[in-house]
Amino acid sequence: MYDVIVVGAGHAGCEAAHIAAFMGKKTLLVTANIKNLADMPCNPSIGGSAKGIIVREIDALGGLMGKVADKSHFQIKMLNNSKGPAVRALRAQADKRVYPKIMREYLDNTPNLEIKEGMVENLIVEDNKIKGIILEDNTKINASCVVLTTGTYLNANILIGSENTPGGPHGERRSNNLSFKLKDLGFTIKRLKTGTPQRIKADSINFDELKPEEGDKVYWTFSFDLKPQYDINRQQKCFLVYTNEKTHEIIRNNLKKSAMYGGYATGVGPRYCPSIEDKIVRFADKKRHQLFLEPESVYYDEWYLQGFSTSMPRDVQEQMVHSLKGLENANIVKYAYAIEYDAIDPMQIGPSLETKVVEGLFTAGQINGTSGYEEAAGQGLIAGINAALKIDNKEPLVLKRSEAYIGVLIDDLVTKGITDPYRMLTSRAEFRLLLRHDNADVRLTQKAYDINAASKEKYQIFKDKMQHIEDLKSLLKENRLIITDEVKKDFKERNISIPSGNFNYLTLLKRPEITMELISHYLDLSKYSHEECEQVEIEYKYEGYIKKEYQEKEKLDKLEEKQIPEDIDYSKIKNIASEARQKLSLVRPKTIAQASRISGVNPVDISLLLIYMKKEYGKDASK
Amino acid sequence: MDDTICAIATSLGVGAISIIRISGSKAIEVTNSIFSNKIKTNETHIIKYGHIINDNEIIDEVLVMVMRAPKTYTVEDVVEINCHGGYETTNNILRILLNKGCRLAEPGEFTKRAFLNGRINLLESEAVNELITAKTSSKRKLALNQIGGNLTKLIKDIREDLVSLMANIEVNIDYPEYTDNLEITNNLLNEKLVEISKKLENLVKGAKYGKIVSDGIKVAIVGKPNVGKSSILNHLLDEQKAIVTDIAGTTRDIVEGSISLNGIEVLLIDTAGIHDTEDIVEKIGVEKSNQALNDADVVLLVLDGSQNLDADDQKLIDLIKDKTHIIFINKSDKDIKVDIKDDNLVIGNTKDINGLDSLKNKLIEVFNINDINKDLTYLSNARQIDLVNKANDSLIRAKDSLDQNIPIDMIESDLKTCFDLLGEIIGDTYEEAVIDRLFKDFCVGK
Repeated sequence: MYDVIVVGAGHAGCEAAHIAAFMGKKTLLVTANIKNLADMPCNPSIGGSAKGIIVREIDALGGLMGKVADKSHFQIKMLNNSKGPAVRALRAQADKRVYPKIMREYLDNTPNLEIKEGMVENLIVEDNKIKGIILEDNTKINASCVVLTTGTYLNANILIGSENTPGGPHGERRSNNLSFKLKDLGFTIKRLKTGTPQRIKADSINFDELKPEEGDKVYWTFSFDLKPQYDINRQQKCFLVYTNEKTHEIIRNNLKKSAMYGGYATGVGPRYCPSIEDKIVRFADKKRHQLFLEPESVYYDEWYLQGFSTSMPRDVQEQMVHSLKGLENANIVKYAYAIEYDAIDPMQIGPSLETKVVEGLFTAGQINGTSGYEEAAGQGLIAGINAALKIDNKEPLVLKRSEAYIGVLIDDLVTKGITDPYRMLTSRAEFRLLLRHDNADVRLTQKAYDINAASKEKYQIFKDKMQHIEDLKSLLKENRLIITDEVKKDFKERNISIPSGNFNYLTLLKRPEITMELISHYLDLSKYSHEECEQVEIEYKYEGYIKKEYQEKEKLDKLEEKQIPEDIDYSKIKNIASEARQKLSLVRPKTIAQASRISGVNPVDISLLLIYMKKEYGKDASK
Repeated sequence: MDDTICAIATSLGVGAISIIRISGSKAIEVTNSIFSNKIKTNETHIIKYGHIINDNEIIDEVLVMVMRAPKTYTVEDVVEINCHGGYETTNNILRILLNKGCRLAEPGEFTKRAFLNGRINLLESEAVNELITAKTSSKRKLALNQIGGNLTKLIKDIREDLVSLMANIEVNIDYPEYTDNLEITNNLLNEKLVEISKKLENLVKGAKYGKIVSDGIKVAIVGKPNVGKSSILNHLLDEQKAIVTDIAGTTRDIVEGSISLNGIEVLLIDTAGIHDTEDIVEKIGVEKSNQALNDADVVLLVLDGSQNLDADDQKLIDLIKDKTHIIFINKSDKDIKVDIKDDNLVIGNTKDINGLDSLKNKLIEVFNINDINKDLTYLSNARQIDLVNKANDSLIRAKDSLDQNIPIDMIESDLKTCFDLLGEIIGDTYEEAVIDRLFKDFCVGK
């Protein structure tokens, strides 16, 4: 008998199992093939725009992804530096061999956690409550809570051209019965699709023809707790590749042979990560598309051809790849494929990631309709935390949209549902000036510590940083820049307008052209880390904008406080549009704010809902 | 919202016919309880003849219009009783309906229901109110244009511009590695901001017309006694007796009357204290009168052309010179002795039949009245104008930030604000407070 069983050891499963065990719950992680633990079946990278901020949030909450990535990447850079502090995000090329190894080390060192190999084919459910799992050899294992993180393995099929092979990535076996069981239990099953591009043998690539892309010459870490674990000068390069007219012609001529356009696939693919044939069809007037060659591992000689995902048959793939400059003689080690898999309708899940259908059953990752390692890990972490909290009869951790990208992600899933695999984008967050890379710890670490998800050591690092920041602010406030002739000369040389008086540094920092770097020429800041300086700078320089967004957040918080009674009967609200009625009944939003975000529920419907609540439940109902 | 409401839909007072509108789930049941010619379950969108009977007493002979949901104004069952006009009869029927379980509609409640039931959008529901209170044909057109959605379309187009700009910025942020995409540089963004801001400014500029169309032009007439002010008034009003109405102005001013100039209502206001007083300047100096001048869209100063300017005239000229004004020199039959220069100076004669043409033409010129009728897509109320101004402010803020090299992620939040504010105008953005406030301004009956 376990407290928590986690099914699947991908990015969601590892986080869920680790955190539940860390929070003191006797946890079992079951995976069909232990060799694939924390596998990266697609791109060899962690982070990216918005996703990099999710990794920071995972770290701030006590998760592992940031630390593991820090210890396993061979290139890292900060994206969007010029576009502003709110949209900056880290992206690392993670080593596909090292990453799983480090993750395994972390899990092996987690008390209360057992890892077991086995294919889960059934669930034990009594009175709509989860009781445990059943393996294919009929072994029954009981638990109070089960977290399903099945990734792409539910009823999976691999598609290459007209070939359709049952199985998951790497030709692994799929789970055949679990999705039928879920359907029996009352879940709506969706068929989704994703894909992965070719892997090319290193010595067959003519790198001289390609433009290299290097890592940053500044040290970065995802984790708030780790010092950089790499040598800035020993980072690996990636390379830029372009498609050309010939490539496009090959694709157009063979379109019907692809699984997608030939009608061999039924799943819905991700809009934000289209296959190359999709790109050619949808953007017919584009003369070229960008591709990237990324090394998979320093231990392998395979390169990942990002952006070239396709479901064309192998012979066409050969032609396509060979049409690319620099890849004329490329040796394709693994062909690109599309994969179809089953997922559930995330509107059947609550904001804690516990399903509304079976009590004690949680789901996270691709089974909930998302795509991406980071999105999966973020959900896995929350599902693991909430499984542990549930066992202790504690309130679940539900992050608000104004608190974390993970909050936006889960709220979008459970409120709006999905039509195609969901990828996080910065534009999905309406409060992104608040949800920054630099302040993930400020937003989340206290919360994590309060529920025992973050360790004492982590918390101490956080507290120390906060103290440093306060000290730094005082230092900046108490000292003035005296405008001497020397300062005047310096400012003139830097083409910065000279302040009209001897202001304190905190005031000066509000000027766009005055940076912490500049201040460090006049004031000794050596005691403070780059991150601490950066956070103070952002806070003061963009105070106006951040405050404005904060006010917006407070407005939304008020709507979030307007609770909708749990027993509300939407069929009794007159005149509400039938689509709105249907969606409201399905989602059963907890607050007016959540209700107003459901697609198909219009402002008018919200007005009607409020009127009904006032009438039916009195003034107290929606205070 | 499931109670049944009723109200007198026609204006109160004596008329040949009055209409009582009933809306709600019990509209037909209640009507049947007092109507001799029972409405059958399959009958809808028909007119039925019969009598209103209460306690075996025939109250009136009526026509009853039956419209079952959903194809009605409120999307509920609606019945309209066309009864004989007159205070007693109409109110009697209304009282009976209230006794039978209907509730008296709150101001604007029918339209509120139309809005809440998704029949019309916010802008349209405002326009309905304006249509009802429209006094001139232009104002009707303006209101109808809003109901038809011309303004909605205009606002939507501007929002569309914003969305495509924001989408491009988002692509740059979310897919930074794809450098082949069009990059929104500071220069490009600046260009776009200027372009969109200009559209908003034009909307606000146009709003001036909207205000003129919906509120009319207030003309305050000033001048010493016996320079021909009354003659001007009478002359203008006499010409168009048919549409002269005596309205007590909503402000402290006395509106002597109104005329329609190319479809635009011109309200003639006699500023307080100008008549029959020796010490004009002292009177004008009174704050109240000053206020009247300030409220006016244009001040019409009348001078007697046969007299040299005296000190009082000069003081009046000084008083109006910074306001929108027209100086009318009343020529009589004599030579003109007044010698002043002013861009808006016209010479006319109250004794001639066409003697005021010059004044009317000047009004048309000053307010571009001839341009107004071409395209009646204007913002017409303070709420809309305020929102467009605020929306434009956020673009101006974005431009300022851009000049200061503030990064694009911050600036984009200004674009989002602009987008939301414009959404509020057409009701695409959810603002509970706005909706509540809006419906309080509505008239009874619609």
